[in-house]
Amino acid sequence: MTDTSQFQTPGSQPRSHAGSLLQTDARTKRRNAAERRFRLYGKAAIAAGLLMLVILVTTILSRGTGAFTQTFMTLQVELLESKLDKKGNRDLGDIKKVSTFGYAPLIKGAVQAKIESLGIEHDLKAKQLTGLLSKSAAAQLRNFVIANPDQIGQTVEFRFLASSRVDGYLKGRVSRDSIANDKSISPAQLDLVDALIAAGVVEKTFNLDFITGADASDQRPEAAGIGVAMLGSLSMMLVVLVLALPIGVAASIYLEEFAPKNWITDIIEVNISNLAAVPSIVFGILGLAVFINYMHLPMSAPLVGGLVLTLMTLPTIIISTRASLKSVPPSIRDAALGVGASKMQAVFHHVLPLAAPGILTGTIIGLAQALGETAPLLLIGMVGFIASNAPETLAEGLLSPNSAMPAQIYEWAKRADPAFYERAWGGIIILLVFLVTMNTVAVLLRRRFERRW
Amino acid sequence: MNDMTMLERDVTSETSKISAKNVQVYYGDTHAIKDVNVEIEDKTVTAFIGPSGCGKSTFLRCINRMNDTIATCRVEGDILLDGEDIYDRRVDPVQLRAKVGMVFQKPNPFPKSIYDNVAYGPRIHGLSRNKAELDEIVEKSLRRAAIWNEVKDRLDAPGTGLSGGQQQRLCIARAIATQPEVLLMDEPCSALDPIATAQVEELIDELRQSFSVVIVTHSMQQAARVSQKTAFFHLGNLVEFGETGQIFTNPKDPRTESYITGRIG
Repeated sequence: MTDTSQFQTPGSQPRSHAGSLLQTDARTKRRNAAERRFRLYGKAAIAAGLLMLVILVTTILSRGTGAFTQTFMTLQVELLESKLDKKGNRDLGDIKKVSTFGYAPLIKGAVQAKIESLGIEHDLKAKQLTGLLSKSAAAQLRNFVIANPDQIGQTVEFRFLASSRVDGYLKGRVSRDSIANDKSISPAQLDLVDALIAAGVVEKTFNLDFITGADASDQRPEAAGIGVAMLGSLSMMLVVLVLALPIGVAASIYLEEFAPKNWITDIIEVNISNLAAVPSIVFGILGLAVFINYMHLPMSAPLVGGLVLTLMTLPTIIISTRASLKSVPPSIRDAALGVGASKMQAVFHHVLPLAAPGILTGTIIGLAQALGETAPLLLIGMVGFIASNAPETLAEGLLSPNSAMPAQIYEWAKRADPAFYERAWGGIIILLVFLVTMNTVAVLLRRRFERRW
Repeated sequence: MNDMTMLERDVTSETSKISAKNVQVYYGDTHAIKDVNVEIEDKTVTAFIGPSGCGKSTFLRCINRMNDTIATCRVEGDILLDGEDIYDRRVDPVQLRAKVGMVFQKPNPFPKSIYDNVAYGPRIHGLSRNKAELDEIVEKSLRRAAIWNEVKDRLDAPGTGLSGGQQQRLCIARAIATQPEVLLMDEPCSALDPIATAQVEELIDELRQSFSVVIVTHSMQQAARVSQKTAFFHLGNLVEFGETGQIFTNPKDPRTESYITGRIG
């Protein structure tokens, strides 16, 4: 446009660099301004990204940390022989015949005794008193008695989980206003809770069971943990690692180093790229059709989940492995071939070690992606299943029904009780801890490999 | 005419190591090497000179079948090493490359220790029975490549940490450690400074005692300094081949003359 006229100085040749160097000309000023603007955009973009990250992390932490603490009530329970072992012979078979229903009176008695001994005035019914405790309290008592039948007849101290309403009250989620229409708890009960807190009977402490425990039913959010789902996720990652890494690396090495370049390999290459873009739910329905309906592998099993996630992770691993193989300079291959190495020796002795950090990073990123994947698990039944016990052997871990961390989080998030909502956030914290750990390991391993030469 | 017969007699009187007959090389549809006939003698340095893209490197890479790695490359004609056709179907290129070593234009040491760089070839070819023998091969090769004194105290240091000239000498040590019979060098000094170049040239002259050396070079001075025979390539043709002194002082072909006087190229 007018650039040339501004650039020219009167009386000189057009487009010459006449003029003092001490004076910035208009064109240079415009270029500098453009650069400054661009730097500003860049800084703004980074600031926006950081802001999002800060919002994300603070939201997750503020909502999720509550899941790691839980309200407990400490009670002395007298294990009455007349209720638990009427024959008095400590026969385990007979003791087991007493259901959790039979333990309820013991708990009721313990609560009443505690309140009486503290001299707290109240006009609540017995049912309202036991309502302060979790419905899992009777089961906890029964498990203890079955494990220690010799304790029958003694008085033993227990820490029972408080009900989710009481827990919510201590965490500020439940208040006297919010329970106006709540049948599970009344303001009078909260007054009692206040008195029990003052007496040190009710307190909120760290809850390891959230990390190691199993999911619980809708009525007992306070007892739910993510531990079993975590084992499910780990079993799946094991399957993915064992299958996807060797298959993916072998496929990429063959395609990149050995395969002839023709239309067949072109088609394979295009399809691998396409597979990487296929929505994960498609892999889920494929897994349902092939692994469960056709091959009759067990429903909801981490083995099936692992197979589906392997299909999903393979393209990621193949693409990143091929990229890192490509980035190894051809002069290294020439050098190896030049001293008489076979093609395979050249690849395995020289190219692969150089590509290893890239392959490793790709694999870990693929694994991290698979770890957070939920959609395919919906279709093979790994969502909504409540595994009450942790698997004891590896085979059981792979074949018995289980859930996975993201599926567990989804499951909690859709349940009605707000206590589950808090646990969903807590589960997200654990999931993120896993992902951050994996990425850190990737970075550390990468550094190590790179320092070796 | 008399000169020509003299020359031919001269060539055949020496022991021929490599003989190429009617060699044609195609990259897809491009005819890169056209009907090249050349006899490379044992224990001599043969230089290939010519302008860029004339096919001298291509021809060099045919001698140890490095061109096999290029999918579109096709070689016709015969290249005989000690009377055996290296493009015979029974020949495994891996075995051939153990006999015909190569040094590349850009120094390309493996990203491993200096020791492992040199020991790699002997290891994969099983040239040593134990560690002591391997140590000996490594030391001998490094000594012959005139780099032993510089690296003897840091054999465990990475080969990639050396200077350019040292790296190239390390690559030469690596190439001779496999005890080849022919050593191919593709512009080995193009990335080196004059001092390193002088060292490498001295080395080439010494290697002539045991190997047949074929060197591709862009520097005519270098060809004149190190070689006994010189071949001039132009546009895929072998224009002239003869004693180095004769090529540089009394070229027969006008194209050779124009090139060495700097008029083409």
